[in-house]
Amino acid sequence: MPPSVDLLSVFGHILLLSLLAIGGAITVAPDMHRLLVGEMGLLSDVQFNASIAIAQASPGPNVLFVAVMGYQAAGLPGAAATLAGIMLPSTALALAAARWSHARRDWRAVRAFKAGMAPIVIALMFATGWILSAETPGWRHLLLTVAAAVLVSRTRLHLLVMIAVGAIIGGLGWV
Amino acid sequence: MTDETHSLARPSSEKELFVAFTLLALQGFGGVLAVAQRVLCEQKRWLTKEQFVEILAFGQVLPGPNVCNVALMVGDRFFGWRGAFAALAGMMAVPLVIVLAITAAYSQYASNPVVAGALKGMGAVAAGLIVGTALKLMSALRTNPVGIPACTVLLVSAFVAVAILRWPLVWILLGLGTLACLLAWRRLRADTAAAAEGG
Repeated sequence: MPPSVDLLSVFGHILLLSLLAIGGAITVAPDMHRLLVGEMGLLSDVQFNASIAIAQASPGPNVLFVAVMGYQAAGLPGAAATLAGIMLPSTALALAAARWSHARRDWRAVRAFKAGMAPIVIALMFATGWILSAETPGWRHLLLTVAAAVLVSRTRLHLLVMIAVGAIIGGLGWV
Repeated sequence: MTDETHSLARPSSEKELFVAFTLLALQGFGGVLAVAQRVLCEQKRWLTKEQFVEILAFGQVLPGPNVCNVALMVGDRFFGWRGAFAALAGMMAVPLVIVLAITAAYSQYASNPVVAGALKGMGAVAAGLIVGTALKLMSALRTNPVGIPACTVLLVSAFVAVAILRWPLVWILLGLGTLACLLAWRRLRADTAAAAEGG
């Protein structure tokens, strides 16, 4: 841990990034890299990539990668600074927007937004699956992805069972 | 769809929201969206598929983590700001402790081939879960005022733009999103006019 990390400055920079994170916190990963690895030199490239990998493998929202980066840079105070920075502005905005739109849910503009965005929201989910799957090529990996997709859409099999089977198959070196 | 709305339940307290979102988040390896859909729409029956897609639409266009925005809006819908923070805290508190513990232990296990393989397998399943959830949610489009043909065109174009062409999301939301909303706006006006004439 570097002895004198300017946490206030880290917090301030990430506060600004929060409102740019359209499509999820992961979209500001390149900016986080520029800030934490480049400008401030708080993390190495290896630590940066490991932070994203750890958050994706852990349960919970992927935004926690931001807390992992803060933790690696400056321990628990670092985690608090980065997580508060990324969450505060977007949370305030989301809450205000939810209130505004709920009060006006009968307006044609609000109904048009919800109806129009629905196919795009679903397309983004397909795209996320596609991009995640394309990161690791190989037909056995793809087969596992397709099997999970079919099972989740056609059966009520518990999602944790599917994740556990994936971990076992992967642990045995089959994918 | 009306039947589905009638059989909806609601959480009894902020505490139930907190516990539900904690359990939901703890099942979300490699993304919480698939679990959120299953728990909120199928197990708890707090939302219909249509409502889930609507809330997700706001979660997607607003900055910030999508699933956290969804938690906030679901909590707010039932118990105002107290519910919003109960749901968000449930989503984040316990997973935060776990992820930091894993980070502290990570360096010892990172190079272990079994661990690396297991992570790869979990990643493959996580990709499948989100695709399967998207397949399930497609049925919510049947009642969409935009209509099935236009929905199909929008869905395919957005997928190609994001997944294949890898265009920046902001431009896709601004471009295709605006087009889709204008189309919905026009269809809704036509529906209202038809309903007025019929009535």
